[in-house]
Amino acid sequence: MIRWLAGLIGFGLAATSALAAEPALIGVGYLGIAGTRSTLSLVEQPAENDGVAGARLAIEDNNTTGKFLGQRFALEERRIREGEDVVQAATALADKNSFIITDLPADALLKVADALRGRGTLLFNAGAIDERLREADCRANVIHTAPTRAMLADALGQYLVWKKWSRWLLVVGSHDEDRLFADALRRAATRFGAKIVQEKTFEDKGGARRTDSGVTLIQRQMPVFTQGAPAYDVLVAADESEVFGAYLPYRTWDPRPVAGSAGLVPRSWDAAQDQWGAIQMQNRFVKLNARRMTALDMQAWTAARMIGEATSRTNSGDAKKVTDFIKGPDFSVAAFKGTRLTLRDWNLQLRQPILLVDGRMVVSVSPQEGFLHQVSELDTLGYDRPESKCKLK
Amino acid sequence: MQIEVRTQMLRMGRVGLLAGLVLAASPAHAFIAYVSNEKSNTVTVIDTDSWTVTKTIKVGQRPRGIDFTRDGKFVMVAVGDDDTIQMIDAKTQAVVDSLPSGPDPELFAQDAAGKILYVANENDNTVTVIDLEKRARLGDIQVGVEPEGMTISPDGKTLINTSETTNMAHFIDTASRQIVANVLVDARPRFAEFKHDSSEVWVSSEIGGTVSVIDPKKHEVIGKVTFEIPGLRKEAIQPVGIGMTKDDKTAFIALGPANRIAVVDVATRKVAKYLLVGQRVWHMAFTPDEKYLLTTNGVSNDVSVIDVAAQKVIKTIQVGELPWGIAIAP
Repeated sequence: MIRWLAGLIGFGLAATSALAAEPALIGVGYLGIAGTRSTLSLVEQPAENDGVAGARLAIEDNNTTGKFLGQRFALEERRIREGEDVVQAATALADKNSFIITDLPADALLKVADALRGRGTLLFNAGAIDERLREADCRANVIHTAPTRAMLADALGQYLVWKKWSRWLLVVGSHDEDRLFADALRRAATRFGAKIVQEKTFEDKGGARRTDSGVTLIQRQMPVFTQGAPAYDVLVAADESEVFGAYLPYRTWDPRPVAGSAGLVPRSWDAAQDQWGAIQMQNRFVKLNARRMTALDMQAWTAARMIGEATSRTNSGDAKKVTDFIKGPDFSVAAFKGTRLTLRDWNLQLRQPILLVDGRMVVSVSPQEGFLHQVSELDTLGYDRPESKCKLK
Repeated sequence: MQIEVRTQMLRMGRVGLLAGLVLAASPAHAFIAYVSNEKSNTVTVIDTDSWTVTKTIKVGQRPRGIDFTRDGKFVMVAVGDDDTIQMIDAKTQAVVDSLPSGPDPELFAQDAAGKILYVANENDNTVTVIDLEKRARLGDIQVGVEPEGMTISPDGKTLINTSETTNMAHFIDTASRQIVANVLVDARPRFAEFKHDSSEVWVSSEIGGTVSVIDPKKHEVIGKVTFEIPGLRKEAIQPVGIGMTKDDKTAFIALGPANRIAVVDVATRKVAKYLLVGQRVWHMAFTPDEKYLLTTNGVSNDVSVIDVAAQKVIKTIQVGELPWGIAIAP
């Protein structure tokens, strides 16, 4: 405590005197895949700069603070095209940047993490929600600002149970990530006392997401697909692949709400989030990027802000010092979610409230009232310390 | 105590002795409190003698920061979503004018003479300087990300602004309008308050969960007030508003969603007591005689009245939706 205080005092002096000196340059890399995925809803179609736009705003925010501290932040973006070597790209980025924010699939991220382990580069996983990156495949040089599937599913599960919609009709897509999300939803049902009354698989038989008279067909298909289900309160869809989820609301045979991948969706962030001072950041984002802010933008913003928070608290751009501080017990970051966000020290996952959104409004924010935990109520979302299989190395 | 006297008074009043007793009991002066209701777009007027709402004034969108002009003639209320500060005539209790505040004003501070107003504009990282008499904008000062807390040193020479995402208290020389020092504090600094003897400035950090005590000469954090409430998660303790008694002995600190006011011994910086008030308590104001402290409780839509000497909550008054700031007529 005394040492910590003394550090702060010393820092106060240093901060004042550093004004005149040449600013210290802190390089932040952003590594993603070129191109965007296709969504059912045209309004949900991600922008080319989805994610990196959030990092850019945080770099601006960091620079506003940095001008008082003699620190300057620069962002270097790199997008991998098909056939390009992700490790080569990451290594090139790491030459100039001690910190790299990534939006990569799990396997690519693991390759990069292992290749850069010896260099002291700190990676921030802003994009991948896979559980295994925080469990069996966790890495000591990867911080996760993206929530996990289990965190998202638990956030939704708590709300549905609070609402007393405890009988779920689970509809699962036929792709691997759909099945993984379904696993997380089943786990949430078991944990919070909901019952899955029936499971259905929606087979992806291919086909275009954009057609001229698609609505007519979908309107015939969806009621029939959901016909004959046992009594249920809510249809929960696991469709990360964007094949059918968005077709379900208002088209189920029984008049029931839809949640999961469509309807009421759990997300780390939403353009409609305006509580806890978020409106100022939403305004800054729109001003800078001429569009609204997505969950991926927020996950990248948070990563870049974590770097800025640590460089200002340690008054240093040194990768080792900054990394130690971020992983240390005194680290927290404010991210407009009503509470400080901290890292789970056993797997470097950022604890965070999850928003439940319907595309227009924030309907609720989990954890829900009454879901208690001895350490942090945020740890009622996702895998907790005693369940963790992660051994950081 | 005061309440007991009044109750007695009323009872006896029924037997025709009221007029004489009012003089004899010499009750506290009645003051008038103005409460900004962030969600209702109104300002609630409370009479501190009867503790009743006497008027609700319609104002612009999202009223938050609120204060009297030094001459007591106007109440200024920052209506952030209308990008202005409205002036309420204290006599007629109606909005009569507005100030060119810059975008999204939230909190503001005025100099000792009541001539210059400094406004925190959250949207564009600036503090706007306004000439109150001419109602004209004099200039802007660039500060950190999301400026919020504003206070002026008792000698009027230093303006303190806190920036919520930069996490600093910026010390600004009011003569040159230049930043002279930046002091890093814990996350999301919301409010700054000088001791009346100018020896310390206290800055609350909502997300950090602490109050930093800064030496305004050396520009150093010289101590911290920390909070611990049994049975309450650390994250729920979010300090915002600070009120300090004129003798600089006791500080009252609003702890947001912890639904409590911490009573702090200023000398030792230790919490002496927690007072349970309404939900999500933000800001506060003393009556000028310092007998009472009124707090705004956002989620329960009410104002708690604290007897300062007894350190007890004696009354709750329903106001508009999401009460935010409060000012009491001098």
